[in-house]
Amino acid sequence: MSETETAELEQFRSETRAWLEANCPPEMRKPATSDADVFWGGRSAKFSSEPQRIWFERMRDKGWTVPDWPREYGGGGLSAAEHKVLRSEMARIGARPPLSSFGIWMLGPALLKYGNEAQKKEHLPKIAAGLIRWCQGYSEPNAGSDLASLQTRAESDGDDFVITGSKIWTSYANYADWIFCLVRTDPTAKKHDGISFILFDMTSKGVTTKPILLISGYSPFCETFFDGVRVPKSHVVGTVNRGWDVAKYLLQHERAMISGMGERGVGRPLGQIAADSVGTDAQGKLDDAMLRGQIAKFDVDEAALAACAERAVDLAKAGQAHPAFSSAMKFYGTELNKRRYEILMSAGGVDALEWESERSKQGARPRAWLRTKANSIEGGTSEVMLGIVAKRILDLPGA
Amino acid sequence: MALVLTEEQSMLRDSARGLISDKAPVSHLRSLRDSKDPTGFSKELWQSFAEMGFAGLLVPEEFGGSGLGYMEAGVVMEEIGRTLMPSPFLATSVVAASALNRGGNAAQKSEFLPRIASGSLLATLAIDEGAKHRPLQTALQAVRAGNGFKLSGAKALVVDGHVADLVIVAARTSGSAGEREGLTLFLVNPKAKGVSIERTIMVDAHNAARIELANVEVNADGVLGEVDQGADLLDGVLDIGRGAIAAEMVGLSDEVFNRTVEYLKNRKQFGKLIGEFQALQHRAAELYVDIEITRAATMKALQALDADVGKAASAVAVAKARAGTTATRAVQEGVQMHGGMGMTDQFDIGFFMKRARVCEELFGDANYHTEQLARARGY
Ligand SMILES: Cc1cc2nc3c(=O)[nH]c(=O)nc-3n(C[C@H](O)[C@H](O)[C@H](O)COP(=O)(O)OP(=O)(O)OC[C@H]3O[C@@H](n4cnc5c(N)ncnc54)[C@H](O)[C@@H]3O)c2cc1C
Ligand SMILES: Cc1cc2nc3c(=O)[nH]c(=O)nc-3n(C[C@H](O)[C@H](O)[C@H](O)COP(=O)(O)OP(=O)(O)OC[C@H]3O[C@@H](n4cnc5c(N)ncnc54)[C@H](O)[C@@H]3O)c2cc1C
Repeated sequence: MSETETAELEQFRSETRAWLEANCPPEMRKPATSDADVFWGGRSAKFSSEPQRIWFERMRDKGWTVPDWPREYGGGGLSAAEHKVLRSEMARIGARPPLSSFGIWMLGPALLKYGNEAQKKEHLPKIAAGLIRWCQGYSEPNAGSDLASLQTRAESDGDDFVITGSKIWTSYANYADWIFCLVRTDPTAKKHDGISFILFDMTSKGVTTKPILLISGYSPFCETFFDGVRVPKSHVVGTVNRGWDVAKYLLQHERAMISGMGERGVGRPLGQIAADSVGTDAQGKLDDAMLRGQIAKFDVDEAALAACAERAVDLAKAGQAHPAFSSAMKFYGTELNKRRYEILMSAGGVDALEWESERSKQGARPRAWLRTKANSIEGGTSEVMLGIVAKRILDLPGA
Repeated sequence: MALVLTEEQSMLRDSARGLISDKAPVSHLRSLRDSKDPTGFSKELWQSFAEMGFAGLLVPEEFGGSGLGYMEAGVVMEEIGRTLMPSPFLATSVVAASALNRGGNAAQKSEFLPRIASGSLLATLAIDEGAKHRPLQTALQAVRAGNGFKLSGAKALVVDGHVADLVIVAARTSGSAGEREGLTLFLVNPKAKGVSIERTIMVDAHNAARIELANVEVNADGVLGEVDQGADLLDGVLDIGRGAIAAEMVGLSDEVFNRTVEYLKNRKQFGKLIGEFQALQHRAAELYVDIEITRAATMKALQALDADVGKAASAVAVAKARAGTTATRAVQEGVQMHGGMGMTDQFDIGFFMKRARVCEELFGDANYHTEQLARARGY
């Protein structure tokens, strides 16, 4: 990097720092406490607080809900280096993302790569501005890890496809405005070759959803049924029957996102949280030597993973990343997040077992603990991730 | 700074790899071991290291060195780790050179640094006294005598101790074992009266020695840094050494892993390549992930050292702790997945296991550094 570039980046850093100081409300400088505290956007979106609204609108106006998307699609147009600076400055003050959405994490990157100009112009700005909330229609009752065996049919009828079948585990399908969906457009082809990636409105005739209750007591996902849903063929992203390429590319982004879940490196150190309930000895050490050791090992691994996540982004920007590396990160990140919550439950002891009380914020901790168990299942299980690493990165036989 | 090698660093890696894989494959270590070589490394190869600018890699240009950073030192260490090459690079060019450069006065720097860079001086740090790495437990006594000091006590695991021309000794000038105050570093000539050195043949066939000092006289200009205030200097130098060893362990882990994956692709049992068994595939994949994460943590630590040695402690603790657990896992899986072959001396994999064990103890094992991180985070 030349000296002038470095100077420009330093300038950008100081401006960004000042802007964040002035514009990020103090309430938004800590992790969301529950799903209700996260802003997801969409037609029926409501802000849970005034600071949440302010923070979202200010960031949206700068294009910083999607800082590295091109400006013409509602993004911030930042370079890789600038985006890294923004992320590190946000992390420095613990600023949370202003908008969470499947549109940002998953569909957006796939549209940027595979969408046509009309699709990009139609959908990307609405994602950036939090106007449309998306859900993901991949899994089916008989197509989980073996996703490519999906059976939801899309039959050609003039300019439309007519879609019939059912999806399961569709996160937030009951709140979503649109769905990106995998459908079988050629039932005679080999299983990977007859799939298309298609977009449609969840208010279309023939779409119904039925929430499923999770072990956490929440029901963030649904069974989703399609009964002769009519969708224009122009809504197919990429080529008909080549949807598997789009699906896989999207999964890389999804996995990278899931591997980063959990409030890594922000907020108080886990050891100090544990000290609240476990107490400390005369030297200020956690009064439970075994737990202290577990936490310290966790902290080592978490810091190392954070470095690896940073490196993964840098490698991608340098064109040196292995496309399957997000599977490696997804495996480790999700297993680590499960470990974090096992530690939190152990540290909380009896207090962490309350399920319904004001004191426990309606069992926030045990519910969050149970929710993390899905991390190593959703977006592809840990076993499937290891299989992908074995096959695509290590090139092991028969994997 | 991006966590990827720059073009210059990649070139450095390629030239280090070229030299090392050509002149010092694992068979080089094997022959030094089998011939009970008295020096324990190849002097000729060390001269090549000097000519290529590696011996003085961290030495500033004004003293005849290359004036490069810790990231570059790590790049060389990683290559050393791949072939387990016995080399004075760690003790002389990384640890001692850093101690002199960071703690030395003008006279000390101009006396020693150019000779390190030219490959003509071997130096080392003598720190540990007990079975485990506990720098603050330093008890070797230095009492004032005339214009200087008299040193008495014993040191263990002094890397290259029997071949060094200069030994930097951590001693206690005041206070008692366990305290930060009262530590001082001394430049000791191993030929001085009262110094006795026993070469210790170690499990990894790399150089190490026990050193005993009995009323060894060191005059005032042999003090490195400030009297009683050596802890900060020592912390920095140790962290630099730890970052470098972590890089060696990444190279070692990666090499063991590559060899093991190759084996999985070639060995047949039950009519199949053993790499087809999912039980092994998943373990190999987990190990791969572990190594990549440790590699990133190590690069992060080296970058932190380049930015500010005084602020790199936590990043270094993370890297050395991870390097320890990762290398241990890599060599164990390496031996296990080679079956009976992995247990034979004729096969190289055991050399990696032995070296990993020594690297784990050097300058603090995984438990030590995990403990340091817990303290730094206040719990
Ligand atoms: C909270 C949550 C949210 C989700 N959100 C969505 C969503 O929004 N949209 C969507 O489409 N899907 C979603 N999913 C579905 C998710 O992608 C699937 O659950 C996942 O792919 C696993 O499929 P399955 O549940 O059918 O398990 P199965 O595939 O039946 O797996 C059962 C077990 O067998 C193991 N297994 C399977 N195959 C192999 C193999 N080859 N080798 C070794 N072990 C194997 C698995 O690892 C697992 O442990 C969500 C899931 C959860 C839990
Ligand atoms: C110290 C020592 C003493 C011994 N003494 C004797 C003795 O007295 N008499 C005698 O007959 N033998 C002896 N053996 C041989 C020993 O029984 C074999 O080494 C052992 O059975 C493994 O076979 P292998 O070495 O060919 O490894 P391989 O079978 O080639 O195994 C290599 C790796 O692949 C794994 N692997 C193989 N098949 C599978 C599978 N289906 N699924 C998952 N993983 C698999 C193995 O677990 C191993 O990690 C001895 C070995 C040693 C090391």
